[in-house]
Amino acid sequence: MSAYKPIAALVAVACASLVQPAQAEDDAAALRAELQSLKSDYDTRVGALEARIAQLETTAAATASATEALPAESPPPAPATASASAFNPAISVILAGTYADTSRDPADWSMAGFMPNGGEVGPGERSFNLGESELTASANVDPYFMAQLTAAITGEDEIEVEEAFFRTTALPSGFTVKGGRFFSGFGYLNEVHAHAWDFVDQPLVYQAFFAGQRAQDGVQVKWIAPADLLVELGAETGNGDAFPGTRQGGNGLNGATLFAHVGGDIGDNASWRAGASWIDLDSEGREYEDTDAAGLPVLNAFTGSSETWVADAVLKWAPTGNSAQRYLKLQGEYMHRKESGDLTFDLEDAALTDAYRSTQSGWYVQGVYQFRPRWRAGLRYDALDSGDTDIGLVTSGVLPVTAFPALLSGDPTRTTLMLDWNPSEFSRWRLQYAWDEARDDGDTDRQLQLQYLYGIGAHGAHKY
Amino acid sequence: MKNLIRGALALLFLSLALPSQAAIRVLATTADWGALTKELGGEHVDVYTATTAMQDVHRVEAKPSLVARARTADLLVANGAELEVGWLPVLLQESGNPKIQRGMPGYFEATSVVTLVEKPEKFDRAMGDIHPYGNPHIQLDPRNVAAVAKALTARLTAIDPAGADYYATRAADFGKRWSEATARWQAKAAPLKDVPVVIMHRDQAYLCRWLGLKEIAAIEPKPGVPPSAGYLGQLVSKLSAAPPKFIMLNAYNDPKAANWLSERVHAPAVVLPFSVGGSKEAKDLFGLFDDTIDKLLGAVK
Repeated sequence: MSAYKPIAALVAVACASLVQPAQAEDDAAALRAELQSLKSDYDTRVGALEARIAQLETTAAATASATEALPAESPPPAPATASASAFNPAISVILAGTYADTSRDPADWSMAGFMPNGGEVGPGERSFNLGESELTASANVDPYFMAQLTAAITGEDEIEVEEAFFRTTALPSGFTVKGGRFFSGFGYLNEVHAHAWDFVDQPLVYQAFFAGQRAQDGVQVKWIAPADLLVELGAETGNGDAFPGTRQGGNGLNGATLFAHVGGDIGDNASWRAGASWIDLDSEGREYEDTDAAGLPVLNAFTGSSETWVADAVLKWAPTGNSAQRYLKLQGEYMHRKESGDLTFDLEDAALTDAYRSTQSGWYVQGVYQFRPRWRAGLRYDALDSGDTDIGLVTSGVLPVTAFPALLSGDPTRTTLMLDWNPSEFSRWRLQYAWDEARDDGDTDRQLQLQYLYGIGAHGAHKY
Repeated sequence: MKNLIRGALALLFLSLALPSQAAIRVLATTADWGALTKELGGEHVDVYTATTAMQDVHRVEAKPSLVARARTADLLVANGAELEVGWLPVLLQESGNPKIQRGMPGYFEATSVVTLVEKPEKFDRAMGDIHPYGNPHIQLDPRNVAAVAKALTARLTAIDPAGADYYATRAADFGKRWSEATARWQAKAAPLKDVPVVIMHRDQAYLCRWLGLKEIAAIEPKPGVPPSAGYLGQLVSKLSAAPPKFIMLNAYNDPKAANWLSERVHAPAVVLPFSVGGSKEAKDLFGLFDDTIDKLLGAVK
C-alpha cells in the first residue's frame, strides 16, 4: 500500500470541494471516512512498532555494561533562540487589597497593657486600601547557593525589603545556612508571607510580641536529622534590630534565636508539626509613644533584655490525604515573654529612669476548613495577658500609675470568622468579620474586611 | 537552657541511630514511579512514595514526613514537567540534601525521557492550569513506562555501580515481561479503538492516545478548572446528539460532576485507578494496566 494514499485522498477532497462544492459533499464525507480509517490503521501499526522499539531499547539498556554511566537521556528540547533571558529568575507578583468597615476609629486602636511597637498592627484604615504588593524573584545562583528577594511595595508608596537572602544548596549532612534578611524561623506563622495567611491579619500575639512578623538581618543555620520523623533544629543571630530588639552599637553577634521543630504523618490522612523556640534580644532605648497623667503625648523608652518562648503546633487533615476536595487545618501558638531593665519616662523632657520588669503571654488557636473545592471557612480566637508589670517609677511613688496608660494591665481578646473563595490557585477573595476587644476599655470593635489576593508570574511553592 | 541543649543532643543521637544504611533510599513522587523503581531495584532499593493514587499530585504539600524522607534520600524519582511544581521546589530546599538537588545524579525526572504531548503554544493562565513543557501525566502509556524504565535503570546503576549486574538482570526481566504485557494489552484493547469518550482532566490524554479512544469532551472546561453548572448544561445538550460510550474519571477525582453527567447522557462513569494503588487490582504497574483495560472493556460491552 502506498504511503501517498492519504495525501492523494486529501488532494482529491480539496479538488472536489473546490470544483463542485455542493455536489461533492457526499464524496468528501466518504473520502474523509476512508482517510480516518487509514489514519487509525497507521496509528495501530505505529503503536505496535513503538512498543517493539521500546522493548528492544529496554533489553539493550539492561544488557549494557555497568560502566556505561548516565543514560543518553534526551534533554527537553532546547529553546529555539538562546538568549540572555534564559537565566532570568522566577518572578512572581502578588497584588492585595482590602475594603474595611470598622465600628470604632482604627486610629485609637491599641492592645491594652502592651507597649506600642510601631509595627504594622491593628485593623488598618477604613474604606478601600491597597495592600502590600509583593514582588519575589528567586533562582539558583550557582551549584552552591540560591538567592531570593521579596520586596513589598506598600500602599503608602514605599518599598520595603521583606526578605533578601542567600541559602546554601550543597552543604552535606542536612545543614543549610541562610544569610541576609529573612523571616526568622521561630514558631509557625512567622515565616509565612502575608499572601499565604489564612486570615487578613496576623494573630494579636504576633502583633504584640513581634510587631506583626519578625525579619532579621543576620544568619541562620538549620540542621535536619537523618530520621523518618522530621527533626529540625535552627539557630539565628544578627544585628539585633527589629522589635522587641533594637540595633546595638557594638560589633559581633546580637541576640540569639533557637528553634526546634518535629513533625510527621498520622496515617494517610493527617500530618502534623510542633515546635518550641527561644528568642533572646536586647533593647537599647526602645521608644514608644504614650500620654502622661495630664493626657499630653510623651515619648518613653525601654532598655534591657527581652526573652521570649514560643510553642507552636499545626495539624492538617484531609480524607485520603487529598486536599483538593476537603481539608481541615488546625493551628495554635503560645508565646511567653519576660522583659527586665530600665524604663525612662518622657525621654525628651523629664527623663526619669527606674527599673522595669514585665511578664506577658498570649496565644491563638485557629481552624480553617475547606468544605468544598474552592471554598474555605475559618475561625480564630486570640487572647493576650499583659500580666503584672513592675514599673519602678510607680512603686517608688515618683509617678502615678496613670502616667503609663499604655502599660495599665489588660487582657485583649478577639474572635475572627472568615470565608474565602479561591477561583484558582492564583486568586482568592476573602470576607472576614472580627469582634475585637483589644483596647483598654474592653468595648467591642466590629471589623468587617473584604480582601482580594492575586498572584501572577511564576508558580509559587508554599511551605507546609 | 542547659536542659534544652541536652534534650536536643539526646534527640540527635536517637535519630542518627534510626535509618538503615543497606539499600539505596529512594523518594518517588508518585506511586507509579515508586512501583517502577521497586521493579527495577528489587531489594537493593528502599522506596518511599510521596503520594498515593487517591491524591491529586498537583495539590500535595511539602509536609514534615516528606522533608524528613527527602533529607535521607539517595535518589529522588520525580515525574517532572512541573507536575510537582507546587511543592517539590520547597521540599528540595528544606531537605538540606545536596544529593537530590536538580542537576545532581540523585535527581531523576521521568518526563525527561519522553516526548510530551499537548505542549501549549502560548502560556496564559486564562487557559487554565496549563503546563508549559507539555502534558506531564505520562504514565498511562506503557511505551512511556518502558522508556522511563530504561533511563531509570541507567540512573540506578550510576548511583550504585556495584549493583550494575543486578539492575541489568532485573531490567531485562522487567523489559521482557513489560513488552509482552504491552502487546497483550494492545490486542485486548482493540475494541476500544475510536470509542467516543468524555474525559475528566487532561491527565487521561496519554491513555486515550495509546488506545485510540476518541475524546469528544472534557468535564473540566479548562485544565484544573472545575465545571460550572452552565458548562455542564451545555455539555449535556452537546452530548445528547452524539453520546459518549462512557465517562472516564480517576480514583482521586470527585465523582459528583461525572455522575451527574452520566445520568443525563446515559453513559456509565468508569472510575479508573490512574495510579498504582488506585484500585484493589492495581497492586503494581501490571495490575494498573490490566485493571484499567478491564474496566474500559467492561464499559463498552
